[in-house]
Amino acid sequence: MTSSVDAPPKVDPHIAPQADHADPTKTLVAKVAQLRAWLFLATLIVIFEVWSRASFGGTFVLSSFNWQSIAIFAVAPLLLAIGQTFVIISGGIDLSMGFIMGLAAVVAAHMANLAGVYMPLPFAMLFGILIAVLVATVPGIINGLLISRLKVPPFIGTLGMFGVARGTAFLLAGGTTVPVKNEYFALLGNGRFFGIPYLVIVTAVFVLIMHYVLSQTRFGQHNYAIGANAQAARRAGIDIKAHILKLYMLSALCAGLGGALYAARFTAGAAQAGEPLLLDCVAAVVIGGASLFGGSGSILGTVAGALVIAVIQYGLVFVNVEPFWQFIAVGVVIIISVLIDQAQRRFSGAKQHE
Amino acid sequence: MNSATPLLEIRNLSRYFGAVKALEDCSMIVRPGEVVALAGDNGAGKTTMIKTISGVYPPTAGEILIEGKPVVFSSPQDAREKGIETIYQDLALADNLTIGANIFLGREPMKKLFGFLPVIDRKAMAEAARATMAQLDFHVKRLDAPVSNFSGGQRQAVAIGRAVYWNARILIMDEPTAALGVPEQRKVVALIKSLKAQGRGVVFISHNLQDIFAVSDRIVVLRRGIVAGERNIKETTHDEVVKLMIGG
Repeated sequence: MTSSVDAPPKVDPHIAPQADHADPTKTLVAKVAQLRAWLFLATLIVIFEVWSRASFGGTFVLSSFNWQSIAIFAVAPLLLAIGQTFVIISGGIDLSMGFIMGLAAVVAAHMANLAGVYMPLPFAMLFGILIAVLVATVPGIINGLLISRLKVPPFIGTLGMFGVARGTAFLLAGGTTVPVKNEYFALLGNGRFFGIPYLVIVTAVFVLIMHYVLSQTRFGQHNYAIGANAQAARRAGIDIKAHILKLYMLSALCAGLGGALYAARFTAGAAQAGEPLLLDCVAAVVIGGASLFGGSGSILGTVAGALVIAVIQYGLVFVNVEPFWQFIAVGVVIIISVLIDQAQRRFSGAKQHE
Repeated sequence: MNSATPLLEIRNLSRYFGAVKALEDCSMIVRPGEVVALAGDNGAGKTTMIKTISGVYPPTAGEILIEGKPVVFSSPQDAREKGIETIYQDLALADNLTIGANIFLGREPMKKLFGFLPVIDRKAMAEAARATMAQLDFHVKRLDAPVSNFSGGQRQAVAIGRAVYWNARILIMDEPTAALGVPEQRKVVALIKSLKAQGRGVVFISHNLQDIFAVSDRIVVLRRGIVAGERNIKETTHDEVVKLMIGG
């Protein structure tokens, strides 16, 4: 203790503040709301298992092929969603991630091909990935500066960057897809280690690192504080401008990695690689328990959210439902998820956002 | 008590905003263990006064002394480092974080996991939170609960606890009782009394004469940017203070 006083102050016991009123029911409801993505996931697995047994007598959940496919399916949206989780917790949003991913995919393909002329192919692959990630952070820096210095609302600033990154990516790709001529790159995208796809291993390691950053470091802690009360964070001496800049660089970096891995998986870079993933990644974050108003969310929740979406998409194909139902199913899950969040806020007496 | 060096002394402080003289030649002192109420009508200059003391506005003229030494604040952070903590009405708490995390916001203690991986030391934060809050006679059981779970008076205690933990010698409290119900107001009054018992100085801004008379030693009344009068609480009455405020 840093106080200079030894004797406890005398306080009239009748007016002394009482212990907190965090009662166990509220805590339970909050816990359920927090874990809703995992509950969704469990429910979906049960539904698809029953459905697949009923319709063609096969198992859904016990097939390792299914899980490998779902995991590979989830890689790209999850990488974007990891970056989006940080941004959404801070109270912002990054709409440019999808096309930053496309830009990175095109750059990775070009650079790996170019470097392949001058260096051994494995190094050319790493060079391509590195440059792709570095190039991807440039729009992230611009996003961060626009939002932190020029006070552009995140929605508008990143929407502008959405267009800029999109155009740049298509220009670099010459309006087409750029094939990768590098068998190591293809191996990274399609190879397996003891049956586990390399892509999944890379993503899992990245997820663990980001989970650590969000939950155990000052950067992560300040991110939650800024999302809840930016004014309080500023008064506590946190450099919000620097934080926001790093934040949008981080989300762009996630998109960059997603783009590089896309180029590996499809052995081609395409500007439209991340186009359908933008809404999926926001959905994964929201299903994972984050509030779009900022201040809450977690990496593990987002992982569950991304798996929920991947299981819906893969599962509906597996049980032979027309693919358009995927959009409806994901949409319904998003709405239910937000309703649970709202109900929990009302119940716990936390501030309502109108 | 009068012989002690004042913790905080404000000498002939003025602050102008263009042609508007928000504060003109104001002086006041706060001694250790003293609670000084700053009263006045809307626009009297109370807010300008505390913002100048807490480093938000540089003074146009005049001096601020801490324990007899003149100080100049470059920012609110600077004022805080020199021992002046301001607790605003909105408390500036991150509602989604625990008491410990709020106390340590921006200066979290770190430890090494497995000898190399730096992680936030949540146990140390919780322990410091428990000890600090106990010092304010606020015994918390759920140190892992976010502060949104606590009532208004308890949240006020958290904001005060943060100042106490970082060893603020002078606390400036802006309308600490305004948003609270009556039982909670009494808790805050008790908190202020415990700060006084610890030898800290408190500047307390309030519209509520009831609270001012319950907790302060002295009252400084501002009126249209000047000190209209200063009274010891024991030697004055509600009527006299109101007359000073409205200039009757």
